[in-house]
Amino acid sequence: MTSMFLLLSSLFILFSGGITALFLGGKEKAAYRTGVISCLAGAVLAVISAGMVMWTGTEESIRLAWQVPFGSFYLAVDPLSAFFVITISLVSGLASIYGSEYLHTYRKKKNLGAAWCYFNILFASMLLVVVSRNGILFLFAWEAMSFSSFFLVMFEHEKSKVREAGWIYLVAAHVGQACLMFMFIILGSQNNSLDFDKFIAPSGIAGVVFILAAIGFGTKAGFLPLHVWLPDAHPAAPSHVSAVMSGVMIKTGIYGLIRIVSLIGAPALWWGYTLLIIGAVSGVIGVLLALSQHDIKRLLAYHSVENIGIITIGLGLWLIGVSSNNYIIAVMGLMGGLLHVLNHALFKSLLFLGVGSVVHFTGTREMDLMGGLMKKMPLTAFAFGIGSAAICGLPPLNGFVSEFIIYLGAFNAMAGAHPFSGQILGGLIAVIALGLIGGLAAACFTKVFGTVFLGSFRSNEPEKSHENMGPMVWVMIIFAACCIVLGLLGPVAVKFIEPVAAQFLDVSRVSEVSKMLCSLLFKVSLGGTVLIVISVMLWSFRKLALMRRTNRFSPTWDCGYLVPTSRMQYTSSSFAWPIVGMFRWILGPKVHSKIDKGYFPGSAALSTQTSDVFRKWFYTPLFKLVIESAHRVHKLQEGRNQLYVLYIAVTILVLLLVKVR
Amino acid sequence: MNILISILHILLALILSPLLFGVINRTKARFAGRKGQPLLQSYYDLIKLLRKGSVYSTTTTWVFRLGPVAGLGAALLCIMIIPSGGISGLFSFSGDFILMIYLMGVARFLTVTAAMDTGSAFEGMGASRELQFSVIAEIVLLLGMSVLAIGTGETGISRIYADVWGSDVSLLGPVIFIVAFAFMIVLLTENSRIPVDDPNTHLELTMIHEVMVLDHGGIDLAFIEYGASLKLWIFCELMTGIAIPLRTGQPFYDIPINVIGIFIVAVLVGIIESSMARLKLLNVPQLLITALSLTVAALFWLLRGIL
Amino acid sequence: MTIWTDIIILGLVLTNFRLLATSRLGAVIQTTIFQAIALSALILALAGKPLPVRLILLSLITLTVKGVILPWLLKRAMREIDVRRDIMPIVGYSASVLIGIVLLGLSFLIFMPLNEAIKSESVFLLPAALFTILTGLMMIISRKKALTQIVGYLVMENGVYCFGAALAVYEPMLVEMGVLLDVFVAVFVMGITIYQISREFDHIDTDRLSELKD
Repeated sequence: MTSMFLLLSSLFILFSGGITALFLGGKEKAAYRTGVISCLAGAVLAVISAGMVMWTGTEESIRLAWQVPFGSFYLAVDPLSAFFVITISLVSGLASIYGSEYLHTYRKKKNLGAAWCYFNILFASMLLVVVSRNGILFLFAWEAMSFSSFFLVMFEHEKSKVREAGWIYLVAAHVGQACLMFMFIILGSQNNSLDFDKFIAPSGIAGVVFILAAIGFGTKAGFLPLHVWLPDAHPAAPSHVSAVMSGVMIKTGIYGLIRIVSLIGAPALWWGYTLLIIGAVSGVIGVLLALSQHDIKRLLAYHSVENIGIITIGLGLWLIGVSSNNYIIAVMGLMGGLLHVLNHALFKSLLFLGVGSVVHFTGTREMDLMGGLMKKMPLTAFAFGIGSAAICGLPPLNGFVSEFIIYLGAFNAMAGAHPFSGQILGGLIAVIALGLIGGLAAACFTKVFGTVFLGSFRSNEPEKSHENMGPMVWVMIIFAACCIVLGLLGPVAVKFIEPVAAQFLDVSRVSEVSKMLCSLLFKVSLGGTVLIVISVMLWSFRKLALMRRTNRFSPTWDCGYLVPTSRMQYTSSSFAWPIVGMFRWILGPKVHSKIDKGYFPGSAALSTQTSDVFRKWFYTPLFKLVIESAHRVHKLQEGRNQLYVLYIAVTILVLLLVKVR
Repeated sequence: MNILISILHILLALILSPLLFGVINRTKARFAGRKGQPLLQSYYDLIKLLRKGSVYSTTTTWVFRLGPVAGLGAALLCIMIIPSGGISGLFSFSGDFILMIYLMGVARFLTVTAAMDTGSAFEGMGASRELQFSVIAEIVLLLGMSVLAIGTGETGISRIYADVWGSDVSLLGPVIFIVAFAFMIVLLTENSRIPVDDPNTHLELTMIHEVMVLDHGGIDLAFIEYGASLKLWIFCELMTGIAIPLRTGQPFYDIPINVIGIFIVAVLVGIIESSMARLKLLNVPQLLITALSLTVAALFWLLRGIL
Repeated sequence: MTIWTDIIILGLVLTNFRLLATSRLGAVIQTTIFQAIALSALILALAGKPLPVRLILLSLITLTVKGVILPWLLKRAMREIDVRRDIMPIVGYSASVLIGIVLLGLSFLIFMPLNEAIKSESVFLLPAALFTILTGLMMIISRKKALTQIVGYLVMENGVYCFGAALAVYEPMLVEMGVLLDVFVAVFVMGITIYQISREFDHIDTDRLSELKD
């Protein structure tokens, strides 16, 4: 019961802290302190409570009556919830520390008390989402999560771009919410109760429930093509909020999907393939769209779509494994997917925070204007570099561990399977998608890291000479350290999520597979350590050898071109262009070029732009259609009182006719 | 005993790999009617470079110095993973080739960032091309390994390569050759040989890999060159490990057979370089897509055969 | 000898990919020679151990007609009209290869259930035959030069021949000979036509033929 108590007190602290901060709005310093301290306290309590559940592996629950019809205040923490609680608290807690410095710029300009209030409520509602076990309560928490994040997205609401992003986000969130509501109604209709433990999927339409869950939760998670809100909303929000939204909030969609799928009985093979294909498509197209962006925050937002894709590939393999009775694939898929949830939360938050610092420093989000920040903000650059390598899934960092497990599941699906069971295709799709994602992500992050931090500055240099050694930097360093440690401690990570997998699959088999994974990951970690050791040895060899020799410094070799300027460096757009060009049949990039014809061209300009294909070809026509039909309906509302009375009369008449008869 | 043999084959790789460049150059020279460099030229070059001081660009940071070091480190680790024909690598486990492919990714990532660190437009250009081609090359490798994994029912590269000629040869045999052919194309791409890249070119605008390391010199360049020769060795092993059907089961015959096979691949690379022109850059993806299609064809073939 | 049959069929499949991947007319014509060799070898590989004389004869005739005479005719036409490459095809070369992969997969899928019904020597024979036909069609659809289209026609016929080869072991070769003759005449006529077209218009881009419609 202690862990439940801790969790409830954490929720209480977060809510009350948020409300207090709101009322303290005028006194900025106090509001500030309340916000940050309540966030930290809430995070610590939640982590302790979830850690206890993870340690013992037993579920704890509390059920109180609630006056809302069908509602009950039913909370439970099982390993799955605990895992998400830990992830959410870790990221939100650290992000709040970062925010404490980041929001300083907005002092006297914005109501920071409100900002902290929404942040706290976002944090609390995310926790509530993953522990609530009642449909009404869940939807309430879900709505609170959507609204608080909406207000945070609208933080700089004086910009029209931000307002547009906010509205798109709100619409998308409610489309998802509608699907979820419908899904809960179907699930609860059998037992007349919306408590999760009384859910029964009516026979025959479990598939419908699954699809509703995939759409409803997928909108939050950012499955393609439901991702449209992501690339607009994430850049609009303040960076520490983007970190929380991208790092953990979209993962609540993944949580919901896992929860619902585990509730509605034995999965069919096509569920697995649906998720696998959604994952593969989201992953590949997400990273392609990311690659073609110039706006650094937009780019990261698309990378969230990509990583959600990777997680979904893992979940797809899980369902395929379960439905075809191949437990190795099932365990590896689920474990890989879950571990990637944690890993992505770590490195994506790190990257968003790093970008926040960069944007803070340079005052622009346009990558083609940056460069050479390594010399001005070395620690941020180091942390960002670690994050970039981790998101590409490079060993010995944490991204590799989870991708390795998913790969292994896929290869096991191919190697060990009897061909007729239809797993080979699943394994193949997963391997091709992961391989493509890996290669493209590497291209994308060398582009980001290279153009932002390396080389020299491309436009007027920022005046500040170095970064502040405040909490912003330290939070990033902590995240980077987490990435390295989790990368080297793969077996520990597997042990950590073993109880979560054991909750959904046969315990003995889970422990068998996790033992196997542990020994494999031990070797991977060993390899990572060897890599580090060899590199350190080579580095020191070079250092020692160069000690007594002539070491000179000179400008970069310019290949005989006279006086190169920093504007001549390869920009991020040109860097990405070969690959964007290779995939132009998907991306449809637009090229605007203005080049003087003639022997001595005076000026030339070339710009490329890639808009979201789905937005361009799917949503814009769709919403046009909706607006047009709305205009047609509009004729009914002419603004004449007589007409309205006529409507009322007709309605009454019709109702009478129908009812009385 | 097995570990000793694995270590022996790693030592062979470490010692003999620079000789591959010598063999390739000698072959090309013979085709051109020249006498050619000494076979051991790459060793002399390495020794010369290791004795030099350093010149660093003022634009660069530690990222630039990390590139060659970690690149060589990754290559050395890969050498420990790759099996030599049927002889298991020192460091073998289920899924080890995933680690290997990703280690190459690490090397690429750091080489590219090192190139970007110089701020030179040429190096940025080379880096972006390198990444473009490696995207498809990586898929070909993964798909090829998938085909072999399905065919042998194993998930570790050492086990796969040990079993590849053991099971159903009539089904797997033709498939293996297609995969080996696709791997050959990947070899040419990843090691920047003609028809993808020309290691001897002297115009920065046309180069891919060489242009990325323009600013490296001295010990760093030696690391890069040695890493490149190890990488070539790894890809030759990937090829010969499946393409040579001759397996005696006696390591003292198998290792020499495999080493000879590796040098035959080097000669083959030399012949290809002498007889082909370099492709237009825009046509390189087409070559790689052909390799990809071949692997997929092999995959269909295999699946049809199993079902 | 099923392994040799398999290898020959695989060779045939690979030649199809070469046809889809290359833009050089010379290489395209050369590939048809490889296909002819593969087909004539296939006949022999499919036959039982005491080789029937008629099959040897058929194989030889195939080799002569498809591997020598027709390529020679095509080469001559190529020289006469002086076209080396089929540039700017309707479907790009990378895309053609990728479509080819899809077609190969479909061919395998289509014949999956028919495997039991048709007692053929190798499970790969009929899918490969279908794939060859589809490749020929693909060439006719996606290329612009008339010469490539003729080769496409020829490749399609090779596919039909391959189907026939599955039966030729049991059936008299009369049908086969008829088909061969057909193609021979057709290619001959087309060759002459191309020659005439190119003399009249100075090029053999077939999409310009649509200008003749009125």
